[in-house]
Amino acid sequence: MATKNDTYIFETFIIEGAEYKTLLSDKFKNRKKYEEKDSKIITAFIPGTILKLFIKKGSKIAEGEPLLILEAMKMRNIVKSPLEGRVRSIYVSENEKVAKEQLLVEME
Amino acid sequence: MGLKEKTSDLKKRMRNALKGGGDKAIKKQKAIGKLTARERIIALLDPKSFHEYDLFVEHAAKDFDMDKKYLPGDGVITGTGMLSGHPVCIYAQDFTVAGGSLGWMHAKKITKIMDHALKLKVPLIGINDSGGARIQEGVNSLAGYGEIFFRNTLASGVIPQISVILGPCAGGAVYSPALTDFVFVVENISKMFITGPEVIKTVLGEEISMEALGGARVHCETTGNAHFFARTEEECFSQIKNLVSYIPWNNKRKAEKFPKKSPKTRTYNIENIIPADAREPYDVRDIIKALSDDSLFLEIMELFAQNIVIGFGRMDGETVGFVANQPLVLAGVLDVDSSDKAARFIRYCDAFNIPLVTLVDLPGYLPGADQEHAGVIRHGAKILYAYSEATVPKITVIMRKAYGGGYIAMCSHHLRADFVFAWPTAEIAVMGPEGAANIIFRKEIFASDNPDEFRKQKVEEYKEKFANPYVAAAYGYIDAVIEPAETRKKLIRALEISKEKDISNPKKKHGIPPF
Repeated sequence: MATKNDTYIFETFIIEGAEYKTLLSDKFKNRKKYEEKDSKIITAFIPGTILKLFIKKGSKIAEGEPLLILEAMKMRNIVKSPLEGRVRSIYVSENEKVAKEQLLVEME
Repeated sequence: MGLKEKTSDLKKRMRNALKGGGDKAIKKQKAIGKLTARERIIALLDPKSFHEYDLFVEHAAKDFDMDKKYLPGDGVITGTGMLSGHPVCIYAQDFTVAGGSLGWMHAKKITKIMDHALKLKVPLIGINDSGGARIQEGVNSLAGYGEIFFRNTLASGVIPQISVILGPCAGGAVYSPALTDFVFVVENISKMFITGPEVIKTVLGEEISMEALGGARVHCETTGNAHFFARTEEECFSQIKNLVSYIPWNNKRKAEKFPKKSPKTRTYNIENIIPADAREPYDVRDIIKALSDDSLFLEIMELFAQNIVIGFGRMDGETVGFVANQPLVLAGVLDVDSSDKAARFIRYCDAFNIPLVTLVDLPGYLPGADQEHAGVIRHGAKILYAYSEATVPKITVIMRKAYGGGYIAMCSHHLRADFVFAWPTAEIAVMGPEGAANIIFRKEIFASDNPDEFRKQKVEEYKEKFANPYVAAAYGYIDAVIEPAETRKKLIRALEISKEKDISNPKKKHGIPPF
């Protein structure tokens, strides 16, 4: 809820159950909201290039088994499976450039 | 050659060196709104006070045909002068000479003037305008940076160090300003970053402009790396002159005393500024102006973490450092950025014998996973550390809310404030009435037929009993409950009586603050 005075438009801001009228900073408004991490979803932890895929759709994978090589900052990072399971889908192909947080592989 | 010839030879050599990078490079510099290095020094310092040294220094590099290149002054101008009547040492990198690039002799000139500043105990001003390391000089240019950083560190807390970013300042070069006390930037001219837009694009595939990555506004609003924002170089120079008038030359001195002046109480009247409802905002800078001489307040880091306000003012002619929660922004909460901002300022004031006046009105710490994950525990601890460690006079005024950890952090008696005043509107409690009632009467609220009504009633009861200054005053945590209108008088009296304050902390090499 916003309220106005001559100079500012104030927002309602709740701290420990009390409502304060105040301005919200851009940094606060744009803050990164926390999201629970789904271990079945494998995303790029750094932007780079998919150098090699070790897996196919439907492959049975053990925990810690290499899934792919993500090359970034001149380093070849082997991305390993965090869990035992099957590959549900692969969203990238070899030599593809990927952005940070881009979805790479989904496990089941 | 006789004296006459030798003198005219000297003049010729000087003319040659004073040309800098030549007309073409100077024209290019001016086309983007920049003054030349020498013009900047002249514009900043008091008239006719600049004395240049090391004009005839030349580089000694040999590789990559460097031995065939003449770089006047090796791309940096150094000397001494007066600034607002204070003696200073100064250097300015000359972008017109090899892009102001830093080679070994260039660095030697800078470190020599830094050594002078530290010996003579006068402020050091560095004007940065450089493309970075002089690659042709290889590891020697790295050595140069290292020698500068080392001296910045040793000089820290002994002499004021001011960095003025008037051009690019990239890669390792940014760490000299980062180690200094105050960084001044100018819109569209200053650029600071560790890795530039091109590297970011090739390595990470992210596109960002230089201004968006490390321009003046970004460093003032987002990163907190810069302290003063200006639109032109001229505006920047007048900000520097103003700042220098508030601070002493070195850590053995006190800031210059100015003639006393009353605040403009017709414009800034405390009773009209503070809203009756403690949940309503106001601009705490108006309170500072109601307290300070001539209602003047030099705000530092105005655009960063605006939920806390820091800066210099004068009371009865003497400089004081103000630290104040700002209810106007985020209700004045403490968070990662505001803790960082305030803690460094508190340490600055302590190092340079500037008394601290703390104005308290905060609901507590900012909740959020982002805050916890960004280390608000460690950053918040910096304020506790800085206040506890500070031995300058510390005077606190609790205006309205002082709840929980926020109460302790904002220079309470427990961190050895010398005087803590509270207004009758102060609420000093373990937490706000709403939160406290919810916890203490949780079961009763839950069991009630009308929980909302019951909660409201309990909140009111708690407010009545605890949301005031008298509980804390009964324990002696508050020295005096005062009328808001007499705050200036009380502060001046407290500052006066604290003039000879002399305490020392346990002897140690240095503490280990939560950096």
